[in-house]
Amino acid sequence: MRSATETQARHAGERPVRVTRSRRPVAWTGLGAIVAIGIFAYLPYLVYSSTTDLFINVFILLSMASMWNLLAGYAGLVSVGQQAFVGLGAYFVLILAQHGTNPFVALPVAAIACGVVALPVWWLVARLRSGYFAIATWVVASAFELFIQRFPSLGGGTGAPLPGLSGLSPTLLTADTYWAALAVTVVALAVVYLLLRGRLGLVFTAIRDDETAARSVGSHVGRARSFIFMVAGAGCGAAGALLVISQLSVQPSSAFSVQWTAEMAFVTIIGGIGTIEGPILGTIVFFALQQNLSHYGAWYLITLGLVAISIALWARRGLWGFIDERLHIRLFPVGYWLWIDSQPPARRLPGLRRRVRDEPDQEEPPRKP
Amino acid sequence: MSAEDPALHGMTAPGSAPGASQGPGASPGEGASPGEGNPVLQVRGLTVHHGQLQALSDVSLSLFPGDVYAIIGANGAGKSTLLRTICGLSRPTAGSIMLDDTEITRVRPERRVAAGIVMVPEGRRLFPSLTVEENLLVGAANARQGPWNPERVYQLFEWMRDRRRQRAAQLSGGEQQAVAIGRALVANPRVLLLDELSLGLAPVVVRRIYNTLPELLATGLTVLLVEQDVSQALRAASRVHCLLEGRTTLEGRPGELSPSRVEAAYFGLADTGANQSGRGGGPA
Amino acid sequence: MSWVNAVIQGILTGGLYALFACGLSLMFGVMKVVNLAHGDLAVVAGYVAVGIIAVTHIPAVWSFVLVVPVMAVLGYVLQRTLIQAALGRSVLTTLLVTFGLSVVIENGLLQFFSANSHSLQIGSLVSDSFSLGSQITIAYLPLVIFVVAVIVLLGLQFFLSSSKYGRLIRAVADDREAAQLSGTDYRHVFGIAAAIAFATVALAGIAFGMVSAFDPSIGTDQLLLFAFASVVIGGLGSLWGTLLGGTVLGIAQQIGAQINQSDQILAGYVVFLAVLVIRPQGLTGQRAEL
Repeated sequence: MRSATETQARHAGERPVRVTRSRRPVAWTGLGAIVAIGIFAYLPYLVYSSTTDLFINVFILLSMASMWNLLAGYAGLVSVGQQAFVGLGAYFVLILAQHGTNPFVALPVAAIACGVVALPVWWLVARLRSGYFAIATWVVASAFELFIQRFPSLGGGTGAPLPGLSGLSPTLLTADTYWAALAVTVVALAVVYLLLRGRLGLVFTAIRDDETAARSVGSHVGRARSFIFMVAGAGCGAAGALLVISQLSVQPSSAFSVQWTAEMAFVTIIGGIGTIEGPILGTIVFFALQQNLSHYGAWYLITLGLVAISIALWARRGLWGFIDERLHIRLFPVGYWLWIDSQPPARRLPGLRRRVRDEPDQEEPPRKP
Repeated sequence: MSAEDPALHGMTAPGSAPGASQGPGASPGEGASPGEGNPVLQVRGLTVHHGQLQALSDVSLSLFPGDVYAIIGANGAGKSTLLRTICGLSRPTAGSIMLDDTEITRVRPERRVAAGIVMVPEGRRLFPSLTVEENLLVGAANARQGPWNPERVYQLFEWMRDRRRQRAAQLSGGEQQAVAIGRALVANPRVLLLDELSLGLAPVVVRRIYNTLPELLATGLTVLLVEQDVSQALRAASRVHCLLEGRTTLEGRPGELSPSRVEAAYFGLADTGANQSGRGGGPA
Repeated sequence: MSWVNAVIQGILTGGLYALFACGLSLMFGVMKVVNLAHGDLAVVAGYVAVGIIAVTHIPAVWSFVLVVPVMAVLGYVLQRTLIQAALGRSVLTTLLVTFGLSVVIENGLLQFFSANSHSLQIGSLVSDSFSLGSQITIAYLPLVIFVVAVIVLLGLQFFLSSSKYGRLIRAVADDREAAQLSGTDYRHVFGIAAAIAFATVALAGIAFGMVSAFDPSIGTDQLLLFAFASVVIGGLGSLWGTLLGGTVLGIAQQIGAQINQSDQILAGYVVFLAVLVIRPQGLTGQRAEL
């Protein structure tokens, strides 16, 4: 992740303008990422199995949250039905494992399969506006759940165990699962980063600002969105595959539970929607909370929900937005900074974020598929 | 500004607010009348921003009872912004708006209606799924006491009575404009704001609508209007105020303003008179 | 013929679904808010009814007299505070807030009432039925609920078309800013619309509690989705379309149950998805886009 794609803009005798990817040279970010991955890879040798297990769950949630963030924070698609792909990923692995494939091998296959299934689902729901789009994705998830339950070979309503992993010792299995989870997370974050750094990121920023204008300059809004929907489907499918591997069994009611979307969404909102770092921060906060509140039953989800609602209303950019504003750090530089006369870019102008109260609702244009 | 209009060049009519002198209350038409009384609406130093864009800079005006006060200017000059700020849909960055002696700068739009400022918005903005009568009834729902009610509106626009059960969306542009005015009237305003009455309407229809102004003024109304058509504005108004890029470039009675002065103020041309704020001038 | 019975049962259930759906539809039509917590509110009403019955010992059939006004007030307050604040931000925020609300409500109910299901006991009324001819049996309760639903829809239509606040609601739904310029405090009108939506969904929740059993998660497992499916199938923007949609959904479910007991709900979703593909504006819909 080299810092700068510097471009010397040439002007007829005017002040030179430089365009860079980040405010400070952040070559160390790329190095830091490699170091971090290395440390995480070494983790199972350093800590007890139970901690490794915890990190598996952290990585699963982080992958899901990154996907949800991609959908909602960048593509503007609020899906409350991502659990459809979580469950589907889990069941794809189950089906393949029942036919003799090693679950770890089945994982990427399941992820890709989920990405493929996401396309017809998109065709179903793409025309709906945001609110109804959301509920429709929920209906799809429920339909998937009910559909899967019809198959006794998959365990029907009660679920089924995952075959194919009984040979391994528990510690080794946990470590293998951990490395698989780490790999999935690294891939997910890398995919998100690269997508947003490229043309797609520009398209989505344009859509965020003014969708009609974006269309009129030729941005393929529908294609971009459908692509993101497929990526998110694959990502959540991978997470679901990890789930079944780590739990060694799957039940439809838990694999397709809307709780997954709730966690993905809340974690992203709290961490900072619309930034890549947000889900990371949110996941950390979530697990910190969970460690302390886990013995209070459903309270942690209630607390999480209330915090998420508060942040959505009063601190829209979330925790990372708060940090970003103060320190101007970007771990994942996807934007552009303008340097004029070699001066560092000014702080973001005040007043830009101030909204006039009672502005009319963002009236959404009908979405073309 | 109507291209074909000779009136702009040949116009000399003093006190050109038709019928204004017939009304009860102060007549602002002829010359400088000292007994104009207290202003009913006072705008002081109004500055309005739309995000980074400065739409209005330090605009002031005073509206006296019985006035027909016209705001003219090119597209983007800030005319509609001024009206929107006066009726409460936009919030100013600086400045104040006083109705009689009450400051209403931060008051919500619906409360200003209750205080007596009612706007007929640009583009009519009737409720399309409601009938003509229902549109009027909505306007009357939170009305002040006064002479206006739906029946009185039907007397003003006779054709409306027979069409009152028709849906608003089915009316022609001119008819919608009349209903929109009626909807504002039934709230019994003290100050009636008219935003771009002539937009999208045939000249003959526009003239017909402007001809109803005297009857409105006769009931004690004061009118503040924004008008694209400068000649129409000069014909109908007792006072004129020109805006350019958010700043005041001219203010006065139509009779006292020469066409060339109006033109200069409208386009921002260099003028031997008061103003230097021409195009391509200093930084905004 | 169990098929005829299935269809009749489906029609009657459609009334209940329409009752669920009209509040969702109203909130979207007036405020452009899709309340993801809509189903959970019905469940809340059910639990409130259970609580009130336990305290006051009034017959379950009359519990709605107390519950519906309470829910209406709750609706007004929630709209003026939380939802209004979210509306001032963006569409995304409103969705997130109502989703968050849904999760909080569900888990709150789970915490206080456990996952066990409850129902409103109305004694033998549950299963009393009468026969038409030798083959058709109609249960009283679904019929009564259907009639109540139709009455409520009629009342709602009358309210919207002929009363002052009905007019204001329609005006605000058409053009909020123009309504402001006409002197209407749209926040208050929004509150009234929300109050009506909450009241109808509370009534629906209580009715549901009589015919069937509810638990904390059924709000989102089924009720929200049924309401939504009714709106989509019937067509946006029409109260009677929602009744038609609810009826189609109900019939689809009953026929599905005839084919295979466990496919009841899935059958409904299949029909919903089919409508979405073939005729997205719904059976009576005027607009092409939802």
